[in-house]
Amino acid sequence: MPNKTFFWFFLPTGLAMILFIGLPIISTGIQSFYAQHDQVVKEVKKCDPFGCTVSIVVDQEKTSKIREEKPLGKFNGFGTYFDRNHLAIEEIGKFWNETNSFGEFVDQVTNLPFYKALIFTLTYCLFVTPNVLLLGFIIALSLNAVTRRIRGPLIFGTILPMIVTPLVGSLVLFWMIDAEGIIGANLQMLMDDPYLSLKSSKTLTWITIIIYGIWHHSPFAFVVFYAALQTVPQEPVEAAIIDGASRWQRVRHIVLPHIYPVVTFVALISLMDNFRVFEPIIGFSAEGSAQSLSWLIYDNLVNEEVILFGSAAATSMMTIVGIAILLAPVLIRTWKEFRTAR
Amino acid sequence: MEYGLDKRSNALKIFNTTFIIVWLLVACFPFIWTFWGSFKVRADFFSRADWWYAITAFNTLLETGGKFTTDAYSQAWTEGEFWKASRNTVIVTFFVVTISLFLGTLGAYALSRSTRNYAFWILIAALIFRAMPHITLVSGYLFPFFQLQIWGILPTTIVVLVAINQPFTLWLLYSFFKTVPKELDESALIDGCSYFQAFRHIIMPVMWPGVITAGLFSLMLAYNDFTVTALLLNQENHTMVPKIQSYLGTNQHEGNLMWAVSAVVSATAPLFMLVMFFQRQVISGLTAGAVKG
Repeated sequence: MPNKTFFWFFLPTGLAMILFIGLPIISTGIQSFYAQHDQVVKEVKKCDPFGCTVSIVVDQEKTSKIREEKPLGKFNGFGTYFDRNHLAIEEIGKFWNETNSFGEFVDQVTNLPFYKALIFTLTYCLFVTPNVLLLGFIIALSLNAVTRRIRGPLIFGTILPMIVTPLVGSLVLFWMIDAEGIIGANLQMLMDDPYLSLKSSKTLTWITIIIYGIWHHSPFAFVVFYAALQTVPQEPVEAAIIDGASRWQRVRHIVLPHIYPVVTFVALISLMDNFRVFEPIIGFSAEGSAQSLSWLIYDNLVNEEVILFGSAAATSMMTIVGIAILLAPVLIRTWKEFRTAR
Repeated sequence: MEYGLDKRSNALKIFNTTFIIVWLLVACFPFIWTFWGSFKVRADFFSRADWWYAITAFNTLLETGGKFTTDAYSQAWTEGEFWKASRNTVIVTFFVVTISLFLGTLGAYALSRSTRNYAFWILIAALIFRAMPHITLVSGYLFPFFQLQIWGILPTTIVVLVAINQPFTLWLLYSFFKTVPKELDESALIDGCSYFQAFRHIIMPVMWPGVITAGLFSLMLAYNDFTVTALLLNQENHTMVPKIQSYLGTNQHEGNLMWAVSAVVSATAPLFMLVMFFQRQVISGLTAGAVKG
């Protein structure tokens, strides 16, 4: 296809992506270097028969004027990145000097908002992704052994958790798991602890959200693996049966190598999606004990007094860096393949 | 894998069946339970006393005189203005699907027929764009949108959702267009068609399965979106998912939990019907990019 034709065909979608994905990333980058204006204060002298007092009040007029003139805020350089709510360089230095043991230091650092969120996000990715791959593969194997006639409805039932939006999916589970729901109430009875509830324990909240993540993402892995299983050639499998290979050996040495490229694909997509975990935290109302990077950005953006554009943007930029690190191995591999292909 | 040579032991068969039943219970029971509970009053579905009330409908019987009540639905749809939210969802979904298919088919066709290097790099760029968490993009939108005073209205959200959806649509349609033989449009070009005529009259008619699949995924994205719609729309224009969240209540005002339950069922039911109807397309879409590796 000639370049000119390509250009016109691709222009609409290219424009949409540049304007609403490319530019926003740049806009986020610029915003991250600015911080909202401080409030302008003035001294007010108040005199009464007993003497004069000087008090400091916010000059509403001047404050709003400055905000109107420079809506982006004041230039802050990398200040936002290093402040207490983000990388917290100063605080970490302080903790390093003040704490006695390494464990205490780690404890202090992981209580800082950014690191807290980072650790939750990574833990979520680390536990959800492998389990999704495993569960999806097992479901695919076992559904593949069922009579073809009843597979349709079974597949429909299996993909339900995936097609609902994460907010709805987590709500539906939350209503069952909460102390007043069917599972929560039974757990209380089983453990003989009438105060056992999701909100009371941080570990329990994390486990619940991770289980939700596995529940929500496994169907995707299942669908892809199931489709891949249909393409496994029959001859080697039959040869292996004749040679006396056990079921496990067949899966290990024939099926798995065949679907290996698909496994990396699912792992990659799953990792990308898990890294942006956000809606379940709202669905499970778990803000208290579990915060993710995306949730931090959301929290800044729905701030009631002033929207913290700068703070949200700084967290966004660091999230993007995180995504870049996750994607780097794949991109490097693609680049190498592309070069050798030429 | 139904191999003629392969004789499955009974123990394995039983294990397999049990596993599938347990998994299906895990996957489906939450939805069935919510559907059942949406016809009860709050004191039954969120019972402090005994969860068994949700089945015997103890309080529902006391409060309404019947074992089932549709109060939650009628209140949420009228008083809770869920009708407005669902109308907004229909508008957003319709336009997002139409526009993304239009842009996506043109772009993906060009990508699939180009032999240049840049086509490859565009696809890689699209993959990177696909990985961007939506909330980071939203944090980029908010400020300029406030300045341009286009925040809060439906058209802005539609355009944003179309753009966010493009990378996936492009990849999906690209893999579908690749399966259409090049000779088809080449012969049309030799006969004197322009590229656009070949695309319009030769390629599109054989591409319907791919277009339907891509349409379904755009629909699911627009219908299910929370991040973009919650932050880019004002209260008045909220679609279903942010509306459900607003029923949950915040620290400032108490929500109405039963409204949320009935709204969840109302929002999920059409989606389930759709997927039941188009199951084959959904699965082919999810695997289109993957199986080729």
